[in-house]
Amino acid sequence: MNLEAVKAIYFSEMRRTRNTLLQSIASPVISTALYFVVFGSAIGSRIQSIDGVPYGLFIVPGLMMLSLLTQSISNASFGIFFPKFTGTIYEIMSAPISHFEIILGYVGAAATKSLIIGSIILITAAFFVELRIAHPFWMIAFFLLTCVTFSLFGFIIGLWADNFEKLQLIPLLVITPLVFLGGSFYSVSMLPEFWQKVSLMNPVLYLISGFRWSFFEVSDVSVTTSLSMIVMFLMVCLAIVWWMFKTGYKIKP
Amino acid sequence: MDNIANTIIEIKGLGKTYSGGQVALNDINLDIKEGEILALLGPNGAGKTTLISAICGLITPTSGSVMVAGFDIRKDYRRTRELIGLVPQELTLGAFELVVNTVKLSRGLFGKKPDEQYIDSILEKLTLSDKKNAMVQQLSGGMKRRVLIAKALAHQPRILFLDEPTAGVDVELRKDMWALVEELRRDGVTIILTTHYIEEAEEIADRVGVINNGQLLLLEDKHTLMQKMGNKQLLIELKDPINAIPETLAHYELELSADGTKLSYAYDIKSERTGITGLLGDLGKAGLSFKDLATSQSSLEDIFVELVGTQP
Repeated sequence: MNLEAVKAIYFSEMRRTRNTLLQSIASPVISTALYFVVFGSAIGSRIQSIDGVPYGLFIVPGLMMLSLLTQSISNASFGIFFPKFTGTIYEIMSAPISHFEIILGYVGAAATKSLIIGSIILITAAFFVELRIAHPFWMIAFFLLTCVTFSLFGFIIGLWADNFEKLQLIPLLVITPLVFLGGSFYSVSMLPEFWQKVSLMNPVLYLISGFRWSFFEVSDVSVTTSLSMIVMFLMVCLAIVWWMFKTGYKIKP
Repeated sequence: MDNIANTIIEIKGLGKTYSGGQVALNDINLDIKEGEILALLGPNGAGKTTLISAICGLITPTSGSVMVAGFDIRKDYRRTRELIGLVPQELTLGAFELVVNTVKLSRGLFGKKPDEQYIDSILEKLTLSDKKNAMVQQLSGGMKRRVLIAKALAHQPRILFLDEPTAGVDVELRKDMWALVEELRRDGVTIILTTHYIEEAEEIADRVGVINNGQLLLLEDKHTLMQKMGNKQLLIELKDPINAIPETLAHYELELSADGTKLSYAYDIKSERTGITGLLGDLGKAGLSFKDLATSQSSLEDIFVELVGTQP
């Protein structure tokens, strides 16, 4: 195990984050505050409660998921895309590092950044609503798994993308709609039956549902289904990234 | 160069064909000795960079094998890669990084523990000390090249690849670079450089290899090559053909052409006595009269052009 290399990549990526500290911290704080003002106060005041949870509180897990997914994907994809774009990836590819160590460094750093952002959102939320977390262990488990899985997914996008447009394509066209339609701001049970069934095809629904359960013990689908879904998605991402490195796909001619 | 020096890189039957069918390397066989400076000469697109990339692990060869210090570059990539430093041809550097951080990153990537002192000494050797905390993007092209060299040396490699190190480099950096190469050679570092400047190969290399169309056309000790270059040929056209070279001229080691009309004499222009006066006198004494005289000399460039020119 080339631990020095993992550390080198990890800290170099974290340094990149530190250089954009204001943007990294200020933007999630501002957007969370905006969501609370718009959905929590303006709209939320007209919605009494969902499954016994006040609306302002109900949207906290969904808000966190929204940021975690988009941030994990954008950080991890940019982290590996940029060296490919500038050509500095030659150094990574010629260094005595295994594929696993490369992933550990890049995905680890992206996931860490997401964890920090998620925590900031949670703290910001505490200023607007009275937070309660029913199952802290499971909450942290979902939190961690989501950060790691979607950082890995972002890493795959970064490897796959060969221009800036492709880099933005999946986060904008796929992830954002899936998060919004995955019950970030509502319970799926509020939808007509047909759309409830459609929603079940959305993998993000399972994430949000499980995460919300760890907070309030209310969920759209069972917790075990949620957990299996995220673990399955993690496995799929691992398999894809393994295949990419194995075949040198878009990395090594 | 010590002839019994160990082979540090052993390349056997190395080939690379891209998915489009383009053959970039074709059956390369090459032994690189520990501590030597090998210059790979060849026109653009000859396959020099591909060869280096294959050894460093940047591309996957389609056939053949490469052993570095006795280890296979694919099976034992950790052991082979930690020995190698690579200075790429392109100025590839992250834009928003400090010089010192990018050099430290390189050291870490190659599995070495941080060593501030060593990093400082490398930066100093490359006259980068005052740019230590500068952003990479603010540096000039020459300075960026220095940073790339510092990065390649950050993990104290035993083998250094310099891909077109002097392309677009000013005189000062070129001088600094050759001084550094000299110092690395003294420390026993094996250096492989690619270039299309023949003078460069002549100046610093121990051996010269010529690559074209993905094939290694020639690999020779520089001194042998220099000798070929230093040697001149005197061609004597005789009035009447002869069957054999007279005994009295035996010590000149002349060569007689098949039709018996031409004698050729090889001499070293650098030696004090070329022997031409004596030869011409002795030819007269032997009763041979000549029609014409001509001299010719082959330079490394001639050899190069000839080799590359005969390629399909």
